[in-house]
This record gives sequence, structure tokens and C-alpha cells, in this order.
Amino acid sequence: MLLHDTALVYGRYLRQSLRSRFALLFGVLMPLLYLLFFGPLLTGLPLGGRGSSWQVLVPGLLLQLGLFGASFAGFMIILEKGQGVVERMRVTPVSRLALLLGRVLREATVFVFQAVLLVLAAVAMGLRAPLPGVLIGFGFVALLTVSLASLSYALAMKVATPQGFGPVVNALTLPAMLLSGLMLPMTLGPRWLDVLSHLMPLRYLVDAVRDAYVGRYATAHMLYGSLVAVGLTVLSVTVGTRVFRTAGA
Amino acid sequence: MAIISTAGLARTFRTRHGPVQAVRGIDLTVREGEILGFLGPNGAGKTTTLRMLTTLLPPTGGAATVAGCDLAKDPAGVRRACGYVAQSGGVDPQITVREELVTQGRLYRLPKAVAAERAGELARELDLTGLLDRRCGALSGGQRRRLDIAMALTHRPKVLFLDEPTTGLDPGSRAGLWELVRGLRDRYGTTVFLTTHYLDEADALADRLVIVDRGVVAAEGTPAALKLAYGGSADATLQDTFLAITGRGPAPADAAPVAV
Ligand SMILES: Nc1ncnc2c1ncn2[C@@H]1O[C@H](COP(=O)(O)OP(=O)(O)O)[C@@H](O)[C@H]1O
Ligand SMILES: [Mg+2]
Repeated sequence: MLLHDTALVYGRYLRQSLRSRFALLFGVLMPLLYLLFFGPLLTGLPLGGRGSSWQVLVPGLLLQLGLFGASFAGFMIILEKGQGVVERMRVTPVSRLALLLGRVLREATVFVFQAVLLVLAAVAMGLRAPLPGVLIGFGFVALLTVSLASLSYALAMKVATPQGFGPVVNALTLPAMLLSGLMLPMTLGPRWLDVLSHLMPLRYLVDAVRDAYVGRYATAHMLYGSLVAVGLTVLSVTVGTRVFRTAGA
Repeated sequence: MAIISTAGLARTFRTRHGPVQAVRGIDLTVREGEILGFLGPNGAGKTTTLRMLTTLLPPTGGAATVAGCDLAKDPAGVRRACGYVAQSGGVDPQITVREELVTQGRLYRLPKAVAAERAGELARELDLTGLLDRRCGALSGGQRRRLDIAMALTHRPKVLFLDEPTTGLDPGSRAGLWELVRGLRDRYGTTVFLTTHYLDEADALADRLVIVDRGVVAAEGTPAALKLAYGGSADATLQDTFLAITGRGPAPADAAPVAV
């Protein structure tokens, strides 16, 4: 039943995404602009680590895409609450968990699709990276979007208005981006900043994807990155499930 | 046989400004096949009661059974037995009528082909056939309401909860909706629990009224019995009766047609 219901909810929301193709492409615009106008600035700089500057930047942009996209996913459900769609579904016998998972998997699909577009653009700009590494990168994007979208949906179920949602998410995503070294490796900065950034779960994911992009798969970064990504996913989906099970205040 | 019975059903919301006792203890029974008018001024706790009875909101006190299923112990059973139309409806304006009806069938676990068939059946029954491929957002108010009700009837529920079903409808659509509700009861024996703050609607449609005020039942009985008991005579208007029971009108003066 969970599988049936999740597929059903997933299908409904995937069709919704397909109906708004413009929004689907628009999502890649921000990271694409970074790629076009920020990427070339880095090509000659000593960024530490191996590989080209593209192998450092693109992993960061991929996770940035997931960070900003998935964190705001909850907006959708605030609209749906207003339309009565959420309660209409909740009075049916549909699995509560499926109402979350179907939506969250749609987010993951959309962002992995956008990530593929971004990587293709990056290849055109000069990125060269091993295929397994690129695929591992998509895996991390998927886990990150599942985590953040779950948390975002959970928050959105709790707040009544977009005004109560937007500022909170904004206040969390920007520091998350700056402190995790998405744009430039944190190791370039002062020691205190590097230490501080290790408090940010996203930092471990970026380090892991950067390793993957230079073909190094058996590293400490990869281990920590995977552990943090899986841990974050489990935690977030648990929080989301709990909220979706009991919501209704 | 009571198909719905509640005992001390209560809900207190915790808010930043302190607790809000939306429903303070409702005792009522509804007989099978009855059209019950749940009448009360704005803020009386009608929507909150309905959301509890449909498992959307856990009560903070009391107990209830719906169609033989205990609200707390068997919410899945309650969901199978009842349909609910919220005041705001519940369809996505971007999606077509057909897709919403089919999805609803699938949410009630009908196989794909059966869900499609059921969508056609409901469309015929609720006069939506020509509108199946239209987006829900492009329907008129009356058509939207009929769609909302079609969605709630997908699984042929024993009990249908309607929250202010005619608010915002023109007189023709209101009359059509009353016909529809009566037809459901007469043809399928569906029990209908509807909230309203329109006295004419309560008078015309409901077999029995439960009048709520400030989260408790203030009076109950057939419209005629209530008029006799509180309005002074069987010819009293429901408006006067209501005033006598609650000490004030059912809705602010500017709200809409109160009584005819
Ligand atoms: N989620 C909520 N949080 C806080 N207060 C609420 C909530 N829902 C309803 N209330 C309050 O409970 C009371 C009853 O509301 P409601 O059941 O919607 O009344 P009615 O449907 O009869 O107009 C109102 O005072 C309303 O403001
Ligand atoms: Mg209400």
C-alpha cells in the first residue's frame, strides 16, 4: 500500500512539474549564471587540491542547486493547504507517509534532472570529470534534496502563511551556503572559518563530491560525506513523517 | 441506530496568545439516513468539530464513533466510511476535473480502470460530464461545489460531511445543491452532516438541527420543535428562535442571506 500510494502521489506531482516546464528550466538559471560568470574567474587561481577549478566549482554548484531548490519546496504545500487539497487527501485512507514521500521523490527527480543539465553545461564550459564520480555527485544531490525537502515540507505543514515560512528558510539557507564552502573550498580561509564550517552538515557532502569529481572514491571525505548524507536523510524523513502523521493543528 | 455519536468531544488549540477552546464539549447523536444541520454563528466551533469527526484533527477531550468506528482507535475505518467537503473545497485549479476525480478514486485504492469508470459515473450523477476535460480553476462556483461533492462521494461513503456547502453560491446553485443533498439521502440512504449559518438552509434541508454556540450544543431538535420551544410558537421564524437560543444572530448582518 505504501508503494502504491507513494507512486500515486509521486505521479500527481511529477505531472505538475511537467506542466510547468518553464519553472523546471528556470531552476537551473542561478547555478548556470555562477557557472558562466563566476566559473571563468577561478580557472587560473590556486584552489588547492587536485584537478581543475571546474572540478571544485561544479560540485559546489550542484549542491547549491539542491540547497536552494529543495529548501523552498514547502511553499507548494502552503498553497495546497489554502486550496484544501492537503485535507482532502488526508481524509482518504492514503498512507500519510506516502503523502510526504511522493512529494519528496518528485523533488529529488526534478533536482537530479536539473543537475544533469548543469553538468552538461559545465562540460561545455570545460569540465572534465570521471563518469562514476559524476554519477556519485547526482546521488548526493538526490539525498540532499530528499532531506531538505522533507524538512521544508515539515516546516510548511506547521506554519500558516508563506510569510512565516520564507524568512525562516532564507535565514537558514544563506549561512548554510556560505559556511559549507559551496563556492570556494573552506581550506582556503582562516582556520576558525574552516573549523566553524565543519558544524555545517553540507560541508561534508561538498568535500565528498569534490573528491568524487577528481576520481578519488576511497577517501575519508567520501566516508564522512556518505555517513552525513545518509544520516541527514534518515533524520529528516523521520521528522517529516512524524509531522505528516500527526499534522492537523 | 446512531451512525455518529460523540461524548464530550473537545478541542483546545494552543496558540501564542494562550489556549483557545474552539470546541468545549459536544454531545450529539446522528441517526442513519438523517440530514443533520449543524448550525451556529461564526467561530462557534463547527469546522473544528467536523475536522475532528473526519480524523483530520485529534480531539483534546472526549470520544466519538462514526459508522461504528472509534475515532481514536480506528481512524482508518472512519476514513473509509465518510466523505468530507471542506469549506474551501479541495481541488487543484491547474488540474483537470477528470484527473482529480480519477486521482481521488486511486487514493481510495480503486484500481486504475475502476477509478476511471467511477469518475465517469460521478460526473454523470453530478452533472459534470461536459466539464471533465476542463481545468478545475475554470469552473463556476456551483460547478466547483458539485465537483467537491463528487470527490467526497468517490467511495460511496455512508456519511457525508459538508462544511458550509452553499456559502458564496448564487440562489439557483444553492437550490440545486439542496436537491442534490436530498437526492443522496433518498437514493442511497447517505447520512448528511452539514454545517451552515444560513437559517433558511437549515430550515429547508435539515431533518434535525443541532445549534452550537461557543463550542457547546445550545439546543437541538427538529426545526419545528425548536421554533415551538424557543421561538414561542410553531410559526416563529427560525431567526427569532436562533436569537432566543444564542442571544445573537447567526452571522454578522453583512454576511449574506440570513433568512427568507
Ligand atoms: N488552528 C487553529 N488555531 C487556533 N485557533 C483556531 C484554529 N482553528 C480554529 N480556531 C478557533 O476556534 C474557534 C472555532 O473555529 P471554527 O471551528 O472554525 O468555527 P466555525 O466553523 O463555527 O466558524 C474560533 O475562535 C477560531 O478562531
Ligand atoms: Mg467554519
